[in-house]
Amino acid sequence: MAKVELRNVYKSYGTTEIIHGVSMDIADGEFVVMVGPSGCGKSTLLRMIAGLEEISGGDIAIDGRVVNNLEPKDRDIAMVFQQYALYPHMSVHDNMAYGLKIRGLPKAEIETRVQRAAEILELSKLLGRRPRELSGGQRQRVAMGRAIVREPKVFLFDEPLSNLDAKLRVQMRAELQALHKRLGTTTVFVTHDQVEAMTLAQRMMVMNAGHAEQIGAPLEVYGRPASTFVAGFIGSPPMNLIPGTLAEGGAVLLADAGARVGLPAALPKFDGRKLLLGVRPEHLEPCDEAAALLVPDVDFIELLGSDVLVYGHLGADRKGARVAARLHGSMAASDGHLALRFTPKHMHLFDAETGKRIEIE
Amino acid sequence: MAMEKRVVFRSAWLPYALVAPQLAITIVFFFWPAAQAVWFSFQLQDAFGMHSEFVGLENFAALFRDPHYLQSFKTTAVFSLLVAGCGISLSLLLATMADRVIRGALAYKTILIWPYAVAAAVAGVLWSFLFAPSIGIVTYVLKGFGVDWNWIIKGDQAMLLVVIASVWKQISYNFLFFLAGLQAIPKTLIEAAAIDGAGPARRFWTIVLPLLSPTAFFLLVVNIVYAFFDTFGVIDATTQGGPAQATQILVYKVYHDGVKSADIGGSSAQSVILMVLVIGLTAIQFRYIERKVQY
Repeated sequence: MAKVELRNVYKSYGTTEIIHGVSMDIADGEFVVMVGPSGCGKSTLLRMIAGLEEISGGDIAIDGRVVNNLEPKDRDIAMVFQQYALYPHMSVHDNMAYGLKIRGLPKAEIETRVQRAAEILELSKLLGRRPRELSGGQRQRVAMGRAIVREPKVFLFDEPLSNLDAKLRVQMRAELQALHKRLGTTTVFVTHDQVEAMTLAQRMMVMNAGHAEQIGAPLEVYGRPASTFVAGFIGSPPMNLIPGTLAEGGAVLLADAGARVGLPAALPKFDGRKLLLGVRPEHLEPCDEAAALLVPDVDFIELLGSDVLVYGHLGADRKGARVAARLHGSMAASDGHLALRFTPKHMHLFDAETGKRIEIE
Repeated sequence: MAMEKRVVFRSAWLPYALVAPQLAITIVFFFWPAAQAVWFSFQLQDAFGMHSEFVGLENFAALFRDPHYLQSFKTTAVFSLLVAGCGISLSLLLATMADRVIRGALAYKTILIWPYAVAAAVAGVLWSFLFAPSIGIVTYVLKGFGVDWNWIIKGDQAMLLVVIASVWKQISYNFLFFLAGLQAIPKTLIEAAAIDGAGPARRFWTIVLPLLSPTAFFLLVVNIVYAFFDTFGVIDATTQGGPAQATQILVYKVYHDGVKSADIGGSSAQSVILMVLVIGLTAIQFRYIERKVQY
């Protein structure tokens, strides 16, 4: 087990820079998730930790040792790939034993480790099979087994669950968490799925276009998104972002198409400032028209069983900002207008120019 | 309702009309001569072709009593193993290197594919010039190293020459298949092995080579068939089976005995034996390709 440090890491291909200085300290035994849309550089960053991509600038240290110029095999890491990358011509047993044989472990030791990993992952009955005779979930487990037997300092996961169906993904998520609890190995996990990130991470790094937009615990990132990108990426449906100008002593946001959105508490110090008002769909609640802060016209409704998702537009002729609300039960079954309110602690403000969070206090 | 994937003709005669040209060519140029060869192999003809008589299996019996024929079998075995062995290992080496090249990869690959477009006889002439005992440039260089090079007299050197020319000709074909095979191996497999601690050589022997083995086996059969039959042009243009039958492989002996020595019966019997051999090889190949392991 070890800590992993990224110090101002850059990556460029030729003249194209794709990772623009990312820093993060990952503590010993921590489960960190790097999340972001495809092409944001998260997989590249992971591959740089693994040693599969060269580091163009900055340092990566594992267990206090800078590994920039070390081969993958000398970094004491194990990686699980999205496509599993199992050796097709070897049995499950040999797939797991391969790395140990190369490292010259005694035969008895290899057997013990493989058997133990197979037991943890419920693969004991499948040890003699070839990868092509396994289901997706079983292959995934073999890939994990191959990482476990090595007992490395760091586990690296590159979107390992994205090839599984929804049900299996939830199950594997739970298994991964249990596994981390049991082994306590430092883990870096890459995914584009914010639900995976929220549920698995002790801390997460939200990446966008080669930058680390925000690093923090999942609830911290959810509760205080550092930018409009994070606000839009984490949470489903994403946070409502309503652009406009604060007026009337900071009590009202004048939005596009003549829409007015009231603030639950006036902010005189931001009066006249252009910004984006953010409220999560799940923090909007229906109320009387008199108490309403915003009254969107309803476009359509999605019934999820436990919840109702209401989508609408603000302003005249539905030309203003889009608003989504997640309401409980059948409250919003009516069409037409919907009067909504929210509380001050659920209000987020972002700078209209930079998209960065504006602290209210 | 399941979709019918095959095209179904409504007309009764159209499908037959469409395959007729191909069938006609196959019958006229393959089945007919093959049937004639089988027929002739049971006949004994006089030297002028005026008279022939049915002798049953006598031609075959004579062949297997003939030490020259048995020697030709051995020559063919040595020749085809050398051609297939050298051809496959050299092209695998080239393909592995080409697979690593990033800059100018296309030019590299194109140049490696060129020899395939050269006719066998041209390849033979080319190499016999290079290795010509009196004027060849390679001969000159070899002489500098103290090697006495004269394939016109020395049987093993003649064999070496036809092997080199044949391998050179076939390398492109093997190269293409190996390159495609290499590129079909997912890169993550190699990366996984690298993380597991395997160096480049170890990755090659434990991951790449096993995954290429279906390709290699296919090429082994194809190369043996090639060495058996398609190298006729190379041999005819260089050694013509000599010196002293050192390079007289089976297919060349068929030609030599039939056309030059006018022994139609014996030559036909040899053809029939070759036919049986190639049917066997093709059966192995088809059987294997059908059951080919899909990773």
